Amino acid sequence: MSRIDVRKTYKLFIGGEFPRSESGHSYVVHDQQGRFVANAALASRKDARDAVSAARKAFPGWSARTAYNRSQVVYRIAEVMEDRRPQFVEAVRQGEGGTAASAGKVLDAAIDRLVWYAGWADKITQVTGNANPVAGPYFNLSTPEPTGVVAAVAPADSSLLGLVSVVAPVIVTGNTVVVAASPERPLPAVTFAEVLATSDVPGGVVNVLTGTLDRTVATLASHMDVNAIDLTGLAGDPEQAQALEVAAADNLKRVRRAPAAEPDWAADPGLGRMTDVLETKTVWHPIGV
Amino acid sequence: MAKNVFEYAPAPESRSVVDIKPSYGLFVNGEFVDGHGHSFKSISPSTEEVLAEIAEADEADVDLAVKAARRAHSRVWGRMPGKERAKYLFRIARIIQERGRELAVLESIDNGKPIKETRDVDIPIVAAHFFYYAGWADKLEYSGHGTESLGVAGQVIPWNFPLLMLAWKIAPALACGNTVVLKPAETAPLTALLFAEICQQADLPAGVVNIITGAGDTGRALVSHPDVDKVAFTGSTEVGKAIARAVAGTDKRVTLELGGKAANIVFDDAPLDQAVEGIVNGIFFNQGHVCCAGSRLLVQESVADEVLARLKRRVTTLRIGDPLDKNTDIGAINSAEQLAKIRELSDIGEQEGAGRWSPPCELPDHGFWFPPTIFTNVTQAHRIAREEIFGPVLSVLTFRTPSEAVEKANNTPYGLSAGVWTDKGSRILKMANALRAGVVWANTFNKFDPTSPFGGYKESGYGREGGRHGLEGYLK
Repeated sequence: MSRIDVRKTYKLFIGGEFPRSESGHSYVVHDQQGRFVANAALASRKDARDAVSAARKAFPGWSARTAYNRSQVVYRIAEVMEDRRPQFVEAVRQGEGGTAASAGKVLDAAIDRLVWYAGWADKITQVTGNANPVAGPYFNLSTPEPTGVVAAVAPADSSLLGLVSVVAPVIVTGNTVVVAASPERPLPAVTFAEVLATSDVPGGVVNVLTGTLDRTVATLASHMDVNAIDLTGLAGDPEQAQALEVAAADNLKRVRRAPAAEPDWAADPGLGRMTDVLETKTVWHPIGV
Repeated sequence: MAKNVFEYAPAPESRSVVDIKPSYGLFVNGEFVDGHGHSFKSISPSTEEVLAEIAEADEADVDLAVKAARRAHSRVWGRMPGKERAKYLFRIARIIQERGRELAVLESIDNGKPIKETRDVDIPIVAAHFFYYAGWADKLEYSGHGTESLGVAGQVIPWNFPLLMLAWKIAPALACGNTVVLKPAETAPLTALLFAEICQQADLPAGVVNIITGAGDTGRALVSHPDVDKVAFTGSTEVGKAIARAVAGTDKRVTLELGGKAANIVFDDAPLDQAVEGIVNGIFFNQGHVCCAGSRLLVQESVADEVLARLKRRVTTLRIGDPLDKNTDIGAINSAEQLAKIRELSDIGEQEGAGRWSPPCELPDHGFWFPPTIFTNVTQAHRIAREEIFGPVLSVLTFRTPSEAVEKANNTPYGLSAGVWTDKGSRILKMANALRAGVVWANTFNKFDPTSPFGGYKESGYGREGGRHGLEGYLK
């Protein structure tokens, strides 16, 4: 008789821990052929609020780290992912289909993207900040600072490369994030959370919610302690995106709007995903004896 | 003198972590090969013990190294996508972190500087430098300096921060897609040769980094080689000028990081205890073998006596001796030649009428040692106020007004660095504007970071190393 495998229930990732949904609900995740893969936690509104609290709590410490340190921490994520290749390849294949080779390429791109963003931690200031030659005896310097807690709706299709491309620019710049994973393809996000938990990323810097978006995303969009929201995962759903943008206006969240269609994640990301979650601070100081 | 009950027991760092070979060849095209010049010995400056026999590269060896670098540039490194180059540099950075203790101990043995500094300053900054420039390799289009590499860089570095200067040269060069031939100083080549092994460990393609050892003749052959596209030199102003003459009329790009005679300016409203720490760090860090050392203390007249009294009290507590002892503040002078130069200029200072003071301290019997020394009543005409001593010797001058401080500070052919100590922010900025120096430290001194550009005005050289600006010297 063949061995009966042990089936895993994937949990949420909040404040560095892996709780089940406080609602107790879970849902079944299928692969591309419709076969059962696993159960995943169905995050509730309360889970979303808990995740925001965890992200807020982590923000002062994370944003106060040196850029060099954040760079090292993000680079470490890439190292640990490289170590877990088979698990990621499997998770990507189950969700997105394709061959092991094509899933491997997706993983390569995701790791390289983390390395690319790791290098930005201590360079973004040098590229987007500058001294301003004001017409008077004043020292005047503009530098970017993280905006705070960012909510992100991860892309629906690209469950690993898209997820990493959404999360990395937010954290490398010193923000903390609550990310709603692809509802249909949540497993790479949970595996990614397991990598984060075993790397050097402090608890609460990245929080991962799985489940249907209707339960969590409205809560995040209207939450008064969220500073910015990225609606990338609502590509092709302009009505829903607009409603969330309206909700986000209550505390003037910075909004990254939903694109018409999911972007080509292989393309050069540019600086936009970082500058969208950065504020510019300008300091004046007199010059004189 | 009664034995001090608070005396420190010896706390030597173990040497067992390093493995010094009896002899070293040249690192050319990914392999160690024999040199064809007259080999020389690298000795430990704290004991005069012979550490290893080092190959000398002659002109033919230099030519082979440049050819290897050219091949590697045109076939591999110059064409490789930035994101792949980045990963090699990240690898190197990680290996440096992992082998950090080994590098620190080897640097202290070969150079004579305290383990406290190699362990906490030199090696961590080396790793950070590779990390920083690794990240630039795939972001050059954002640098504002173009994306195209120059080709082969010929790099010559000094003995005062052997591995750190190597990192300042190699990391940006490689990030920008250049290949390098680097010559470390003949009196401290061992960490550069260990770095060559690290390149092998990282599977860096052959010829991307070539390390050739030798003295002045080897350096001359390298910078004047016709197939070198870029010359980067850190060292004396005299040699820097010779290089500028040698490359005249060619298309070679040049960056020079040369000598200094930095003013460390202390105003009467400065936090004096902090200032004293800064003065000590400014001139006694690394035995004063620092091109940006705060070798001229300019102190406002009203607080001069108090600053000097506190300074002498503090200097009396410095511990001189075994570089590998974790309690050592001041290690050995790097070579007999350098020691002779420090002695000569100090004697001249005394003859010219300045007041010489050193704390009572016992120096070891073997090796090259010089006690921390302070000269008072120094005038601007004194040679010890004009010439770079490159040793633990501080010249103290006074001033009354900020404009007098600026005038005295700028009264030098050098312009590498300066320090300003005052509680008044607006004065810091006004002084910073007026000082003709590439780096100005306010209420701190001798701070270095891979993100921060470093380099001089006037005869302290041209070009900047570090930061986004550090890319400019390696891109077309």
